[in-house]
Amino acid sequence: MLNRLTDTLDFQGQALQLRSERQRLVASNIANADTPGYIARDMDFAKTLRAATGMLGQPTTIATAHAAHIGSAAAGLSGGRVGSELLYATPAQTNLDRNTVDMDRERASFADNAIKYEATLRFINSNVRTTLSAINGQ
Amino acid sequence: MSMLSIFNVSGSAASAQSQRLNVVASNLANADTVAGPNGQAYKARQVTFQTQLMGEGGNDPTAAGVRVSTITEDATPGRRVHDPKHPSADAEGYVTYSNVNAIEEMVNMISASRSYQNNLEVMNTAKTLLTKTLQLGQG
Repeated sequence: MLNRLTDTLDFQGQALQLRSERQRLVASNIANADTPGYIARDMDFAKTLRAATGMLGQPTTIATAHAAHIGSAAAGLSGGRVGSELLYATPAQTNLDRNTVDMDRERASFADNAIKYEATLRFINSNVRTTLSAINGQ
Repeated sequence: MSMLSIFNVSGSAASAQSQRLNVVASNLANADTVAGPNGQAYKARQVTFQTQLMGEGGNDPTAAGVRVSTITEDATPGRRVHDPKHPSADAEGYVTYSNVNAIEEMVNMISASRSYQNNLEVMNTAKTLLTKTLQLGQG
């Protein structure tokens, strides 16, 4: 019975963790807007969340055909992220220094992700409030 | 708390951009100098940025900061002006000024200041989100 209460919290906790990871990813892109040769990264949030909460049947792995290839397990991804893959953003306009950061898009993703992070916070908060009022029985 | 390293990422970028701004300032300040301490005319300098991975172990691809890798001097010859009465004129009466292009430097300055502001805004947003995270479950 109690796990029904905490299941939602677990899910929102995972979502919050992933939102903060994405926030950091977009911040890295904005930080490297003037670095020559930098390639912007992003994640498929829905897919990553599904993988992290075990809703995806099998965690996706990258097949490696050569010893020097980086598999998904060795990509240095730590924390609560399971089987997540970073994607490369396609440049809207090409740059002479081969930098693919699109500042308009990054700023939009940053604002979007910040709002959704706050939304997740509110979901958790109201969940806690609901649970508390259920415990108090008022 | 993976959001805490946003401050490292954006902080490194802001520091790199301020170094770029510094270089622009010294280029602009020396736009009309004739000879530096070594007897040569001032050469315009340019910073080059490089990605620096951060996080635990410094290999986290989601936390990519910036550092200044090199500061290169512009090798183009300086502007030569015919002015035989000038104390720094050479045997043919030419004075060599620094090779700073003021327009390029102004563009560089605007770009650096915009990027700096972007990074500051990122840090402000991250701070707001972290403060709200700390208040989780209180209201």
